[in-house]
Amino acid sequence: MNENRPVWASESFWKKVAVWVTAGSFVILIFLTFDSISQITAGGSRVAAYTVINKKVTYRFDKTKNRYQPVILDQDEPLFGQMLDEKQAYELVNLGKLTIQAKNCMNCHTLLGNGAYYAPDLTKAWLDQGWGTAASREMLMLQFLQNPGKYARTYGTNRKMPQLGITEKEAKGIIAYLKWMSTIDTNGFPNNFTAIDAEED
Amino acid sequence: MSSQAINSSVSKVIRPLSMDKLNGGQKLAVHYFTVAMILFMAQLLFGLLAGMQYLMPDFLYNTLDFNVNRMVHINAMIVWMLYGFIGSIYWFLEDESGVEIVGLKWGKIAFWVLTVAVTIVVLVYLLVQTGSGTKSSIWLINEGREYIEAPRWADIGIVAVVLVFFYNVAATFSKGKWSGIAGVLTLDLVALAGLYIAGMFYTTNISVDQYWWWWVIHLWVEATWEVLVGCIMAWSLMTLLGVRRKIVQTWLYIEVALMFGSGILGLGHHYFWIGTPEYWLTIGGFFSALEPIPLVAMVVHSIYDSGVHHFKTRNHPAFAWIIAHAFGNFFGAGVWGFMHTLPQINLYTHGTQWTASHGHLAFFGAYATINIAFFYLAVQKMRGDCWMGGNMPDNGWKWKAAMVLLNLGVVGMTVALLIAGYEQSFIERAVEGSTWGGYFAAQSHPWFIQAMVWRMVFGVMTFIGGILLFWDLLTIGKYEPRPAVGVSQ
Repeated sequence: MNENRPVWASESFWKKVAVWVTAGSFVILIFLTFDSISQITAGGSRVAAYTVINKKVTYRFDKTKNRYQPVILDQDEPLFGQMLDEKQAYELVNLGKLTIQAKNCMNCHTLLGNGAYYAPDLTKAWLDQGWGTAASREMLMLQFLQNPGKYARTYGTNRKMPQLGITEKEAKGIIAYLKWMSTIDTNGFPNNFTAIDAEED
Repeated sequence: MSSQAINSSVSKVIRPLSMDKLNGGQKLAVHYFTVAMILFMAQLLFGLLAGMQYLMPDFLYNTLDFNVNRMVHINAMIVWMLYGFIGSIYWFLEDESGVEIVGLKWGKIAFWVLTVAVTIVVLVYLLVQTGSGTKSSIWLINEGREYIEAPRWADIGIVAVVLVFFYNVAATFSKGKWSGIAGVLTLDLVALAGLYIAGMFYTTNISVDQYWWWWVIHLWVEATWEVLVGCIMAWSLMTLLGVRRKIVQTWLYIEVALMFGSGILGLGHHYFWIGTPEYWLTIGGFFSALEPIPLVAMVVHSIYDSGVHHFKTRNHPAFAWIIAHAFGNFFGAGVWGFMHTLPQINLYTHGTQWTASHGHLAFFGAYATINIAFFYLAVQKMRGDCWMGGNMPDNGWKWKAAMVLLNLGVVGMTVALLIAGYEQSFIERAVEGSTWGGYFAAQSHPWFIQAMVWRMVFGVMTFIGGILLFWDLLTIGKYEPRPAVGVSQ
């Protein structure tokens, strides 16, 4: 009976297939990883350098690509009124990232859509219309992050951000981080998002 | 023996829970299973607290906030599942290799090191919660990266413990006999341990951070964990039903080929929106759409084998949970994952309750179920290999009720969260354009609130099921006079 069994139904055949398929897939993944990392390094083709926080940025529908796209305008808009060099910009954004991790933001919020769903996505938080105008945005964000209970933005849900003991310096870092993150090319995610200063465009 | 006769002999026979009949690996496995079950209950409890905060945002506000509850909820889950897997492998390692475990002493030390580390990590989560924006917070308090929040010192401990475990598995099989299951398992553990290291570094750049973070999360739960449970499942089918080794091993290789063939590049479905290049939309969409196929294979072969062996098994609860695993894995990981895996729909569902719906059914269906099956295998042997077939002294009501409550509870939560996810995708994403205003418009919509109420109801049902399961594991077989019958191959 055994000699009538086709090769593709045998244990040894599938063992070889398993090894080759796994190895092949992994090699392709490694190759794509090198390419992807080169494109998403800060200052690469899809992720802006940290000094982008000195610029005015927005998010618009791109007719050619037929999706939304972050736009870095050729117009200075220094954060907290101060132009930062490469090192200073990195340090501020890095402080923001460390704070976002240390305060466990990701277990309420999503960043680039990943995290928890108890609070809004932060991918384009810098550009959100909820801050009113671009002029008032920095001050409102600073107030809110340092005292989220008092300056709660719950939109009637009573779901308040907890008091996390964020210092002014850390809050500035977070804001820089959010501004930098809003310029990452996320392939059109989120879709249909209207940026804070869309009327001006 | 009729159930009446069994009931009349209830007062005469008491089987103690004893380790006497267990081999070295199985004794160690019982330690792992015990902690796993305690962590499972912690997962359920903190899930209830977090779920309640959706309905009553002031509940424990500024004391035990949502982020803390949710972190403990998902960390307890990851850790209890790992405990369950390690325990399951220790359970069958001596039987499968034919020799005693090589470094059992180290295995015991590793167990205690891991358990003390987990206890400290959880206490710090609950009592310290967060730190300042410095590297020391990441090293000592929490890393703030979903699922792998454990601080860096604990990461190093976890890797050390896993290395001891890996040594025990590889060295024991080397000393004894290698089988197909042994080979797949050993190579899978290399990948599983190696991938964890991909998550052990800090970077400012969130795109790079999430790129490697997904290597850990996806390549664990959608690849290496699946193959691991494939190995456990293969051994279980031989033990519980008497399926021939050649059959289960052929299926195991088919599953490995399909699982890694779809799952490794299926990783790309997490690279749609994190800054990574556009080609991932095609690659991730295509390969992740294939991911349900190995899960179909698993259902087909487990149900086919069950039929061939006329569903005759020496442990009804364990077998029932194995069947629940086959279907739960297919529906939870396969169908629920497939529903939102293509980028055209994922653009709207990514980061909504849709993901939570998938997560609940997938983790429960694929992993909780098979661990629970092993808990039942363990208690059967600890009760002196007692009968666990039909006509149990109390008609087995506890395991049956626990199984119904847990499965119904999780399915109920899954459907409730799916409704919330649909609502969010439409209102927050499609209509309102994903602004904060849009987010809250969706969160305060009656459809969303109703879904959260139903999630809570089913969450409580799951919790009651968990308590009943705990109680049953402590008592099943206690008054069973009959010995288990063997299975024939």
